[in-house]
Amino acid sequence: MIAEIGHFALILSLVLATVQGTLPLVGAARRDTAWMALSRPAVAGQFIFVSLSFACLMYAYVVSDFSVANVAQNSHSAKPLLYKFTAVWGNHEGSMLLWVWILAFYGMAIASFGGNLPPALRARVLAIQGLLGVGFILFLLATSNPFLRLDPVPINGRDLNPLLQDPGLAFHPPLLYFGYVGLSVAFSFAVAALIEGKVDPAWARWVRPWSLASWSALTAGIVLGSWWAYYELGWGGFWFWDPVENASFMPWLMATALLHSAIVAEKRGALKSWTVLLAILGFSLSLMGTFLVRSGMLTSVHSFAADPERGVYILGFLVLVVGGSLSLYAWRAPTMRATGRFRPISREGALVVNNLLLVTGCAAVFIGTLYPLVLDALSGEKVSVGPPFFEASFVWIMVPLFILMAAGPLMAWKRSDIPGVSQRLILAFGAAATAAILLVALRGGPWGAILGLTIAAWLVGGVVAEFTERIRLARVPLGESLRRASALPRSAWGMTLAHTGIAILITGAVGATNWQTEHVQVMNIGEKVQVAGYGFDFVSLKESDGPNYTRLGAEFRVTRDGEEIAMLYPEKRKYWVQTMDTTEAAIRTTWIEDLYIAIGDPAVGGGIAVRIYHNPLVPWIWIGAAVMVAGGLISLSDRRHRIGVPRRSRRKLQPATPMENEA
Amino acid sequence: MKRKQRRLIFVSLGLAAIGLAAALILLAFDENLVFFFSPTDLRSHQFTADQRLRIGGLVEENSIVRDGLNIRFNITDLSNKVAVTFSGVPPDLFEEGQGVVAEGHMRDGSFEALEILAKHDENYMPREVADALKESGQWQGDEGQDEKGSK
Repeated sequence: MIAEIGHFALILSLVLATVQGTLPLVGAARRDTAWMALSRPAVAGQFIFVSLSFACLMYAYVVSDFSVANVAQNSHSAKPLLYKFTAVWGNHEGSMLLWVWILAFYGMAIASFGGNLPPALRARVLAIQGLLGVGFILFLLATSNPFLRLDPVPINGRDLNPLLQDPGLAFHPPLLYFGYVGLSVAFSFAVAALIEGKVDPAWARWVRPWSLASWSALTAGIVLGSWWAYYELGWGGFWFWDPVENASFMPWLMATALLHSAIVAEKRGALKSWTVLLAILGFSLSLMGTFLVRSGMLTSVHSFAADPERGVYILGFLVLVVGGSLSLYAWRAPTMRATGRFRPISREGALVVNNLLLVTGCAAVFIGTLYPLVLDALSGEKVSVGPPFFEASFVWIMVPLFILMAAGPLMAWKRSDIPGVSQRLILAFGAAATAAILLVALRGGPWGAILGLTIAAWLVGGVVAEFTERIRLARVPLGESLRRASALPRSAWGMTLAHTGIAILITGAVGATNWQTEHVQVMNIGEKVQVAGYGFDFVSLKESDGPNYTRLGAEFRVTRDGEEIAMLYPEKRKYWVQTMDTTEAAIRTTWIEDLYIAIGDPAVGGGIAVRIYHNPLVPWIWIGAAVMVAGGLISLSDRRHRIGVPRRSRRKLQPATPMENEA
Repeated sequence: MKRKQRRLIFVSLGLAAIGLAAALILLAFDENLVFFFSPTDLRSHQFTADQRLRIGGLVEENSIVRDGLNIRFNITDLSNKVAVTFSGVPPDLFEEGQGVVAEGHMRDGSFEALEILAKHDENYMPREVADALKESGQWQGDEGQDEKGSK
């Protein structure tokens, strides 16, 4: 019964989404307020029914109702409760329902926070959201219905893929989807603006917080996925340039570009049509990522089941959305004229270069990801494009971006001068030179690592220079500097944090890629090995039972200079239902470096294969990302992003520098 | 500065960025493309020892021989097979009778794998492997993959 309610609620939400996607659009064209006003109740109704539907599926999982095919295929009664909840989206059908729920959630959020949007714009934005909803709900109902029954009812389920039985599943997919789907809001605003033929600073101001929210969620989602792969797969790496990772990384690059160009559109009235284009491309790449991952064209843990029908549907939908919005763009964009002028050397100019580099980097990732698919389709030849390709192309495109990142925020709007900016960058020059000298003296290489860390130091120097200038540190009494700091808009704090986070992340990624030590060998109990100055004693190996698996647990004593500093317990698990093994690495982190142990299969002549990694600076990747997300959220809480909120009365002390109210 | 001049600067900047990117991408492509072969394909090709390639198929039943970290096994597409050596820890789902993809070099008629690629699901068959089996006429249908889809 519950499953049928869920199914029925989903059908009702399809009807409401259809209403939301059509009538208000007609109403906006005919300036009929009553029809336009329909969108809000329709959004609310859609949200309620999708939520109901989602709750029904969740209920079926929690009570292990194996008469529902989806539950029987992805759950098991012996599975811990947490994984009964998370298994809801640990499969194709459920994850698409989650996608639809988040889409409805964003629709609801626009309706709630958009009280001061012009009625016609609001009606159009919500209508586009409604049409996207129609596309996805129809997809669910037609090809991926999670509520189908099974007859006869199996006694137990087939269990969730053991790799997914991890707390990571509770956060990684939902956050990633909040990011992906959040880009639909910018997309809907872009399409609505194209229909109206008008992009004004107010429009950009509405788009910014949504892109920021989606960017923050996407950042968190991607990094959680990376962290998960790091500790679960037992390969000691954090990013593999796997097509599935790339599929989430491309929308992130676009969202980053969009965030920055929307600033120019809002503050300076320039780059309008470019911003609209980025909004369209960002969401298109989200859709394409979903298509690639879900159609089974890429095979990985993320492609739950290959079903050509679904692939064809998503491809058709993708063509419709991307083709339709780009055609509309080609038709309407030329009517948008920039009002703000600027010189090439200016804040706007720097942001243009930022955008060019991000988009070019995205293109490199795009080509590397799609080339094998295209070649296979055209010639049947099979190739793979691995990490070396991305390291040789994408990484080099990012180098000038990171260098520019220190200078951009120090430039004035409209026109700036290179000598002035370089003067303000003295701190950055100093930091970079110091870092380079110290690195050459202490580590001596490899030179890629030295270059990477020098750039990170340069970036930190630039961020600090910008921040101290903003609060006029050392030029005015300290008390006043602090007052200025506390009076800074939150978006300024957000930028400072996000840029600092990038520098920390670069440091982590560079350190981890260049200075990792890997040691693989067969070890017997009682044996000891030295890796990167640490001693690893293999103490014991025991078998025991977990809730739905058998665990082979090893015990290692880690020593430094003969003294014990930690005990590590890597495991190998054999899950009963899917008879599949997983590796649970044991990690000891000092926040500067990780010691990482994973065990493999028992060897024939006794002993067990052991992989030990010394991973310097890896934790900085997670810290950097957390700082970036914090920056995004703080900026999001800026009052100025909430339009309609009365502005605080201007304080007497306004920074008098040219970069006054900017982030 | 005139509007046209400014536009010219931005356009040339954009072109420069695209040109640079294209150069980087082409260079990187040239060096880093890895081609895939089935055991049958291997017979009709000659390889130099430094040419990196991928091969895929099924791990032949009863062919795995382990000696400490060294593993020897055969990859088969059920028409032809090739001997593979690997040193290290294979992924969790490396088993006889299962699909596998290995990356490495051909050396004296046998394959020296530097990497054995993981798969994530008991039913999952790498697409390259599925195609290789189809080509050799040994494909058993789509069972593993379709069972999971709702019918």
